[in-house]
Amino acid sequence: MDFVTAVQTLDSMMRLSTPLIFACLAGLFSERAGIFDIGLEGKMLASAFFSAAVAALTDSVLLGLIAGLTASMALALVHGVASITFRGNQLISGVAINFFASGMTALIGQNLFKIGGRTPSLGDKGRFLPIDLPFSETLANIPLVGPLYSELISGHTVLVYFSIPTVILSWWILFHTRFGLRLRAVGENPEAVDTAGLSVSAHRYQAVLICGLLCGLAGAYLSTGMAAGFIRDMTAGKGFIALAALIFAKWRPGFALIACLLFGLLEAVAIRFQNIEIAMVGTIPLQLMQALPYILTVIILAGFIGKAIPPKAGGIPYFKER
Amino acid sequence: MSTRIPKWADVVLIPILSLFLAFALSALVVLWIGENPLDALVIIMRGSIGSAYAWGYTLYYATNFIFTGLAVAVAFHAKMFNIGGEGQATLGGLGAALVCLAFGWPHWLSAFPAILIGAAIFGAAWAAIPAYLQARRGSHIVITTIMFNFMAFALLVYLLVHVMKAPNSMAAETRTFPPGTHLPTAHEMLAWFGIAFPKSPPLNVSFLVGLASCLAVWVLIWRTRLGYSIRAFGHSETAAIYAGISPFWVIMISMLISGGLAGLMAVNTVAGEAERLLIDSVQGAGFVGIAVALIGRSHPFGVLLAAFLFGILYQGGVELEFEMPAVSREMIVVIQALVILFTGALDNMVRIPLERFFAQIRRPVG
Amino acid sequence: MQDDNIPPAIELRGICKSFGSVRANQNISMSVESGTIHGIVGENGAGKSTLMSILYGFYRADRGDIFINGQMAQIRDSRAAIDAGIGMVHQHFMLVDDFTVLENVVLGAEDGLLLKRSLLKARTLLTRLADEYEMSVDPDAKINDLSVGQQQRVEILKALYRQAEILILDEPTGVLTPSEARHLFRILKGLRDEAKTIILITHKLKEIMEVTDTVSVMRQGQMTATVKTADTNPDELAQLMVGRKVLLRVKDKAPVKAGQVVLEAKNLSMTDGRRLKNVSFSVRQGEILGVAGVAGNGQTELLEVIGGMSEGSGTIRLNGREIELSGGHANARQRRKQGIAHVPEDRRRRALVMDFCAWENMVLGYHGDDLYNFNALFMNNSAIRSDSQKRMKAFDVRPLLPESTGRNFSGGNQQKIVLAREFSRSPKLLIVGQPTRGVDIGAIEFIHQHIIDLRNAGAAILLVSVELEEILSLSDRVIIMFDGQIIGERVTSDTDENELGLLMAGIEGRRE
Repeated sequence: MDFVTAVQTLDSMMRLSTPLIFACLAGLFSERAGIFDIGLEGKMLASAFFSAAVAALTDSVLLGLIAGLTASMALALVHGVASITFRGNQLISGVAINFFASGMTALIGQNLFKIGGRTPSLGDKGRFLPIDLPFSETLANIPLVGPLYSELISGHTVLVYFSIPTVILSWWILFHTRFGLRLRAVGENPEAVDTAGLSVSAHRYQAVLICGLLCGLAGAYLSTGMAAGFIRDMTAGKGFIALAALIFAKWRPGFALIACLLFGLLEAVAIRFQNIEIAMVGTIPLQLMQALPYILTVIILAGFIGKAIPPKAGGIPYFKER
Repeated sequence: MSTRIPKWADVVLIPILSLFLAFALSALVVLWIGENPLDALVIIMRGSIGSAYAWGYTLYYATNFIFTGLAVAVAFHAKMFNIGGEGQATLGGLGAALVCLAFGWPHWLSAFPAILIGAAIFGAAWAAIPAYLQARRGSHIVITTIMFNFMAFALLVYLLVHVMKAPNSMAAETRTFPPGTHLPTAHEMLAWFGIAFPKSPPLNVSFLVGLASCLAVWVLIWRTRLGYSIRAFGHSETAAIYAGISPFWVIMISMLISGGLAGLMAVNTVAGEAERLLIDSVQGAGFVGIAVALIGRSHPFGVLLAAFLFGILYQGGVELEFEMPAVSREMIVVIQALVILFTGALDNMVRIPLERFFAQIRRPVG
Repeated sequence: MQDDNIPPAIELRGICKSFGSVRANQNISMSVESGTIHGIVGENGAGKSTLMSILYGFYRADRGDIFINGQMAQIRDSRAAIDAGIGMVHQHFMLVDDFTVLENVVLGAEDGLLLKRSLLKARTLLTRLADEYEMSVDPDAKINDLSVGQQQRVEILKALYRQAEILILDEPTGVLTPSEARHLFRILKGLRDEAKTIILITHKLKEIMEVTDTVSVMRQGQMTATVKTADTNPDELAQLMVGRKVLLRVKDKAPVKAGQVVLEAKNLSMTDGRRLKNVSFSVRQGEILGVAGVAGNGQTELLEVIGGMSEGSGTIRLNGREIELSGGHANARQRRKQGIAHVPEDRRRRALVMDFCAWENMVLGYHGDDLYNFNALFMNNSAIRSDSQKRMKAFDVRPLLPESTGRNFSGGNQQKIVLAREFSRSPKLLIVGQPTRGVDIGAIEFIHQHIIDLRNAGAAILLVSVELEEILSLSDRVIIMFDGQIIGERVTSDTDENELGLLMAGIEGRRE
């Protein structure tokens, strides 16, 4: 593999990791507050659709983004109502939300645009455009540093540049603010929060809404950043890869970033090389590369590489005694 | 919790009210699209139970959902949420296909048991690893079974593209199974008794296996020692250990049965209908099973009714799309989602007002 | 004690609270003087915890008023209680195990949006409080790594950090050793001297006598009396609590005619080797061996290893035959086959499947017996139903409805279901934990009598209880457990509560 190919692969890793990072952080906030969320996929999909649909109708990427975030947060709210107010099964609620998003986006898409559930291709104003950082063309010819800068660092959409700062911000919020302390406490021992005179529900709702917001960013990026329009079921399991990354990272923001980059890289390699020939070993099929994030997560879950311990109150509805 | 309302209300009233809410919301969606929900209902009913032809399709779909619904239900009794029916059914299809392609089977009667066993074993095997990891390592079964769904799909694609692909085909599918594996359809079986039934519906002998499975699961859960152990464990793991019931075996066996049932579903689609292995032979039935088990309250009889209901929706949905193009097939996915939401996650939204209602009308006892 | 002009710290007037048909608090009025330690005693279910939960804003009273320092207060939630200067130390600590002491202390009482300043402030204050009341804990330790006594101190510090003037403690000594409890009482007296008001909820009369200034007695949801501690005595309080003369000793307990050794345990440990360490003892035919100790000193583990619920090492012989302690045959089912019956400590989680019908619960653990099965696969449900009906009748389970689910029975009747299942198969050995926990007075006598009857019939009985009175009135011999080990053994007739109390604290008493 030559240098240029390597840089290009890393470049595509950055793009492919971005939705994973947002979705993974979304799951982080929700699950750290004790609300399991296997509906990341559905929320991403809803946002991807509404971002693209509204952007297509208004020719404004910003209005699209707002619509996407709203849709995703609305679903997050449904998950909140089911799992916080009505103390329902969080896993089942997540499953329902995934189906709901999958069905509704196709249904509305077909109804609005009548092109098989897709949205029309977005024009330049309807999507996030790559940003060429200063001097990227001038520096492109400098060996090593040049391609690294102009290919890998420059030329992404604003959401990509936004992703890593969001990781840092999330870490800071969770571990250095009052809000973060309370949020983590709600996920570990909600009774302690309740008796401290704080509302468990309010904190969980906030966490769930943040989750919706971040899933919204992930979805909007898919349809208006990475691609120029929505196609049916375009998340294609990315929400579950993000969930896998969250477990892989054992619910820690820094590790979540690493896990998402790793899974993004696997995808980039799979797309670029299809079936990989490795001397002595033979051919690694594309499908194995695609399944690798799931396989790795199962291995982590099995506890063969350290134990993945979720927040203690995760998945358990909060009841006051009696 | 369940003590505050009469048992009949818990078992019958709550699911019906939840279903009603789900359908009411779905009707609003249809209204929003600009069609009349009542017309849609008529089309669905006519398209699904209005003719022998329609029944043939409805029961064909229902067969799928009986198996996947029972799969989820059996696991539920052991408090395992098996969300991996999709993957287990995928593997079940592989098992069925391998059996069909292995020999030039002389007659379906000889092939059928082997196909059933092959599908069940492959489905069970795919459930075995998540079950083992849950039982021995405490890995959350919901997450692992989700992961195994994706792995199953990747494996199937790989096999169909690289290994099992029919030589002369462009599509990723196996060659057609030998004639000796053709399972009798409703048309053929009813003809034995001189009853005329349309030829095209794919309803086949697997449906009878589905009915038998309902009965078998009922016996298993409420009449056998294993069922007693499964239920004891499902209600209280600590009490099960006290009773000398091994959590490891309960988890393993209930998940193997669950995976096996999910695997059997593929017999209906792979051997019963397509007669070759396709990429998409499960068609989301694994997930429908979750909705079916939830409405059916994990009771085999409830599962049967719920599977039939979803059979109506799936078959009726095809007709609906045909007659009301604005309401596409995805409407069914939306209904399915709402059913899961209301019967599974928003259960208390119906239950709490009902509890208040019954508390009002009933004088407290003791 | 106090000047008449100073209003009481807390005054409750006519508090009522019902849960469905259960009237947990009926028209309760009481007043707590500022700067005193006020005890509230009562049996389990007398309504103490409900009353305090109302005061702390966990529940809202159906009727009645609360006055804090003479001012009417609306306590809608815990926040309002905290604002009114009330702090509560719950029976089960409300701490986040994964957080440090500091983080737990500031949770909900932070200064500003960022943590740094709050933690800094808490650290300073904690050091001061630690000096003042001898409550030193490492502010950076995780709760997980602290002892129970230290965790309780963190709870008190939490309340003090929120400037609580009124401190409620709910059964604070239940999990403490006597020396830890004495330390707690010193702290409480120190707080009182700083003019804080303390409410102590307990069912232990000795503690009331030792530490309180005033005591209120609750019975069946009502406040039956409030008296100055100095003017009363334990016998009077006990009568007020129970409403009639308490039977301290079981009547008609024939002297022991102990036969051959039934259970012999040698160097018994739980496999993890931490909570049960090298325990050796024996129980004879027709003998009750009591196991005394503060909760959490290995008694639970002892029952679990003998009952086959946890793996262990060492040896157990039952009538001379060795029993497997690990591997495929080390389970509760095998133990039952060998003739060991087990009434576990935790009725709701262990002994019964709450969602099972009474008849299904009646065979839990014996569900593999020939009587209940047609063959290796199928159960004979009608045989189970009729057999269960008989057993329920014999043990006077009410209501006599085999189809009713476990959770529909009262605590006492649930326990009777367990006894009916475990006692009536003439076990060689009965192991029983906390037989009367959460059981009403009437059922206690019934249960005690049945334990004695079983002993008289020749069974060997191992009785674990944290109630010393129960141990003393039932057992023939007592072993005392501390920190997973047996720290002493006494013949019941030659010992008393004081000596056992010392042993339970890990202080070896006089040796004969």
